[in-house]
Amino acid sequence: MTMAKAKAKARHWSHDVYAVLKRADVRQVAYVPDGGLAGLIDLCNADNKMRSVVLTTEEEGIAQMAGAWLGGQRGVFLTQSGGIGNCINMLSIMQECRIPLLAIVSMRGQWGEAFPWQVPMGQATTAALEAAKVIVQPVDRADEVAETVEAAARLAYDANRAIAVIVSQRITKNGERG
Amino acid sequence: MAARKTKPAAITLKRRDVITSILSQRGDAAVVTGIGNAVHDVASCGDDARNMYLAGIMGGASMVALGVALAQPRRRVLVITGDGELLAGIGSLLTIGVEKPKNLAIVVLDNQAFGATGNQLTHTAAGVDLVAIAAASGFASTALITDSSGLEAAMADIHDRPGPYFAVVKVKTVTGPRLDVSRDGTYVSRRFRTAMTGREG
Repeated sequence: MTMAKAKAKARHWSHDVYAVLKRADVRQVAYVPDGGLAGLIDLCNADNKMRSVVLTTEEEGIAQMAGAWLGGQRGVFLTQSGGIGNCINMLSIMQECRIPLLAIVSMRGQWGEAFPWQVPMGQATTAALEAAKVIVQPVDRADEVAETVEAAARLAYDANRAIAVIVSQRITKNGERG
Repeated sequence: MAARKTKPAAITLKRRDVITSILSQRGDAAVVTGIGNAVHDVASCGDDARNMYLAGIMGGASMVALGVALAQPRRRVLVITGDGELLAGIGSLLTIGVEKPKNLAIVVLDNQAFGATGNQLTHTAAGVDLVAIAAASGFASTALITDSSGLEAAMADIHDRPGPYFAVVKVKTVTGPRLDVSRDGTYVSRRFRTAMTGREG
């Protein structure tokens, strides 16, 4: 293993995703707390050029992201898969207005889940997003999260599309103990 | 408790008059409407590129407006919505109360009914107090407006008081004619964004 690879391995992927969001000039972050995204949420919260908004329920974030774009800023929505079902009706603004959305979704109920109540929504996450015409881009390797978010950001902000990057539970190890 | 679902007497304000009065002093404010009659109320004062008519996403108006307000900190952002729409996204008041955007004001036209679907009574008809919820959520100032002198007294606060500001205006269920405003989201949203940012695309 080269020094560079060893260094990259030591660094948690959330730092690289955060760097991608900074390069993309993301200014609004809407999130519902999640173990798998905790590192990224902390980095965003610590950045005084990003406005991080904690939500009471996930659909608020979809509406806020639409407002951010309408006001001329870029945003990112961070959520656990369990909250995707809450977002369905709100996502109609992305489709009807063709407003960009960059969502990063941390999976539960998927890879090695030990907690049974997470399985129904986890297994429905991709289907629900696709039903709401959100483009789904799954990633299941830690060293590919940042480049997937970077590609998704272009599709969102430059091509005006709604994209969800689905971060596998294989990466986050969320829910191994239920 | 049988009386809980009956309306209190003496509501005198009409929603169209209230909105005409508020928007006549809008300055450069952005206006985000909730779904339902609020769309037509706002459009009745003249179509404007700075109006974002949300003819869907019930419960989303306040959070769309928060996103706009954070992106446009020097511009007043005014939500015009109904009690039914606000109730559908009531958690938004808590989120906005935490964020405390100084340039955001929410005006709820409270007819105590779901006006677009046949005037079935809403929770406010049973006494749910939206002003108290907003105050408890951390809004900087709130008002309950029940008559024209109250509306006149609140006008400066609606447009200029550091927010987040929240007002409930008790209105009759009577509406005005439906306006032929564009419901095409791609058109209305891009027109609005260009008006906000001064640039196309």
